[in-house]
Amino acid sequence: MHLAYPAVLSALLFCTGLYGVLARRNAILVLMSVELMLNAVNLNLVAFDVWLSRAARDTLHSGQALTLFTIAIAAAEIGIGLAIVLAVYRNRGTSDIDKLRDTAEGPEAGGPGAEGPGTSAAEKAEATA
Amino acid sequence: MSPAAAVSLAAAPHGFLSPTGVEIAFLLVGLATFGAALITVTTRQLVHAALWLVVALGGLAVEYLLLTAEFIAWVQVLIYVGSVVVLLLFGLMLTKAPIGRSPDADSGNRWVALAVAAAAAVALVWVVVDAFRTTWIDLTGPAAGTTRVTGESLFRHWVLPFEALSVLLLAALVGAIVLSRKAKAESGPPPVNSRAVTESSPSVTDSGSDSGIHPGEKEGVR
Repeated sequence: MHLAYPAVLSALLFCTGLYGVLARRNAILVLMSVELMLNAVNLNLVAFDVWLSRAARDTLHSGQALTLFTIAIAAAEIGIGLAIVLAVYRNRGTSDIDKLRDTAEGPEAGGPGAEGPGTSAAEKAEATA
Repeated sequence: MSPAAAVSLAAAPHGFLSPTGVEIAFLLVGLATFGAALITVTTRQLVHAALWLVVALGGLAVEYLLLTAEFIAWVQVLIYVGSVVVLLLFGLMLTKAPIGRSPDADSGNRWVALAVAAAAAVALVWVVVDAFRTTWIDLTGPAAGTTRVTGESLFRHWVLPFEALSVLLLAALVGAIVLSRKAKAESGPPPVNSRAVTESSPSVTDSGSDSGIHPGEKEGVR
């Protein structure tokens, strides 16, 4: 098999995940797109490991070991990420990442306000605390 | 590397115009995977995005099988399709995601994101095709990624990172539990956070549907 097939598929999947991370508004959909990007990296690692195990007589199998490590770290990341998203949802009542603008700089730091009028200063204090 | 590659290249002239069966299967499954990934990042129904993600991750598992990495393929099926997507669905339900179409699934900068992603895709595909146009994966002979081979390399050369990874998983578990505990449990004199607690906790625990969610919420995060 040509190495170009898995490499091109991996690049396309990575860019799909990149679009999802940049364009999605719900935080959980952003986490899904991050999973797509991690899987693209995994496909690259596996393909190059299979290639190098023949072409360079590599017995270390670093690609597959790194793929397993990436899968484990992705599992940890999704657990922590969902815990953070649920904590944000419980405090703010939304999981839209466009509305979490407490640390934004500029004159309109608070934005339209995540919870309502009059609470943006308190929220800023909470966010900095 | 070069003699073996030269021999294999000389023995069988490979080209894009004469694909083997494995290549055709890889191409078809790859098209399905890429299409599912595209639907995942563009659909407006949030639950459907998670379900299309299952198709994309399962397609990737089939690609691993075609690349003779069977252990990775089954780990992919078990961990991604089995648990990560279930966690994502739990998250979608616990944040009360709308079931039908949600008109604001994409943010306002989607065209900028599309431009960035398209530019990155063109650049990456161009570079990758230019670099690996004549490179060939030899899939004949014993498989490179059987469970035996993977286990031997993992527990012979990669034992220390493996153990460090178990510590990381433990830390992530503890961190997820700490993050998903209710803030009411912290009884202390933090002056700044106390206002947030007293404001948010009654509204959360008042309605009956919310109080039923919290045990499941912790369950889902774990």
